Amino acid sequence: MIGILSEMLSYPFLVRALGAGLLVALCASLLGVSLVLKRFSMIGDGLSHVGFGALAIAAAANIAPLYLAIPVCIAASFLLLRMSESTRIKGDAAIAILSAGSLAIGVMVVSMTTGMNTDVYNYMFGSILSLSREDAILSAVLCGAVLVLFVLFYPRLFAVTFDESFARATGIPTRAYNAALATLSSVTVVLGMRLMGALLISSLVIFPVLTAMRVGKRYITVTILSAVVAVVGFILGMIISYVYEAPSGASIVCVNIALFLIFATVGGILNARKKN
Amino acid sequence: MPLITVQNASFRYDGKEVVRDLHFQVERGNYICVVGENGSGKSTLVKGLLGLKTPFSGSIAFSEGLRAREIGYLPQQKDVQRDFPASVMEVVLSGTLNSLGARPFYTRKQRETAQAHLTCVGLDSLKNASFRDLSGGQQQRALLARALAATQKLIILDEPIAGLDPLATSEMYRLIQHVNRDHGVTIIMVSHDPHAAAHEASHILHLENKQLFFGTAAEYRKNEIGKRFLGGEAR
Repeated sequence: MIGILSEMLSYPFLVRALGAGLLVALCASLLGVSLVLKRFSMIGDGLSHVGFGALAIAAAANIAPLYLAIPVCIAASFLLLRMSESTRIKGDAAIAILSAGSLAIGVMVVSMTTGMNTDVYNYMFGSILSLSREDAILSAVLCGAVLVLFVLFYPRLFAVTFDESFARATGIPTRAYNAALATLSSVTVVLGMRLMGALLISSLVIFPVLTAMRVGKRYITVTILSAVVAVVGFILGMIISYVYEAPSGASIVCVNIALFLIFATVGGILNARKKN
Repeated sequence: MPLITVQNASFRYDGKEVVRDLHFQVERGNYICVVGENGSGKSTLVKGLLGLKTPFSGSIAFSEGLRAREIGYLPQQKDVQRDFPASVMEVVLSGTLNSLGARPFYTRKQRETAQAHLTCVGLDSLKNASFRDLSGGQQQRALLARALAATQKLIILDEPIAGLDPLATSEMYRLIQHVNRDHGVTIIMVSHDPHAAAHEASHILHLENKQLFFGTAAEYRKNEIGKRFLGGEAR
């Protein structure tokens, strides 16, 4: 396996994809802890579909894709947050409408302009070849921001995630934290889409934390374990994708499914033992 | 000087009036129970006191030395994530956040505060256990410890005993009495059990989309509204 990995690292474009992808996977898993526990998992999924629509329009209008997709996704994330907080609109149904709507608009734009070409296929299912130098730099900046948020604001982030009303009542600006989470998640989703594809990116957000929760009992353990699972899952997935010439996104998701099953089994055994 | 003065306050949701004519004072050391039917405005009042919702009219004023963030809060059970992966210690520690200032991490002072309140509610042996593995009563005690870690002045509890078994219920009432009497913590508790409220509290606030009664528990038992509300249900 070390041999395959060093062979992969001899291609400069793969080094860039591995580096950028690893950072995005790490960000997604950390943000995922908060998003999943705050019951916002669907937002990640909704954002990826909005991202697809934005990318399709950017391609048709000949705008640099990131410059359109990132602002549109950030705007959409604020809208989705508002929807899930509001008691009037049914949040989950609203997200479903926004997802399907964006996907449909994206497909319409594509079919009326360039037609269903490889670019579109790549946005749907991901390709490591589509990662540009710009993407790599942005991934590093994003990762820095996420790590700063999670290290320096860890106790506050915990409070906002665990119980927002209590956090607000004790003077924590919960709206600002939600806005930061939404913004960082949007950038993560847009960057991750290039690698994982619109249809699979939300798995980077959701899988690692769910896997970590099978075993972890404390918040700090779940957070760290989630990051470790994401990194391991990403590297294994990329190796499988390289060896079997499979799409990178699907390979990573498959490894994550395997990791989830392993952790669920281990967690089940540990729990059963404790009860006896 | 009263801790909190509520003057002619009313609250609205989406333009619809939920509760009005709120007019009462909370004195230091009071144990106030807020009673009334479902949807009578109890939880809305709690949100107003916590500063999560601003009154549509009237005012809620805090005395000097009690800022809004110095209120401990025990939310309604449906608002708490029962399956959250966190240790009991992590949950209680999060109550001390308002004393953290600009520091990014908990210091020894916060850990000692959290530890003291864990001991107070009798969860010392479970401090490293996962919150999601606790029983309903233990979870409520952990959240009470978190509220106490946030303040020693005033705690607001929203139906803290709903859904608890009789043993956990009496344990919870005993703990609330203990922090009120022995630690001098002012208590405002929303309750759906008027009998227990009239028995436990020093004062009763009865809401029915407006303030029907505010006074001592003894007065409430003699009052027409109190008699009707208490007498309507078998003890």
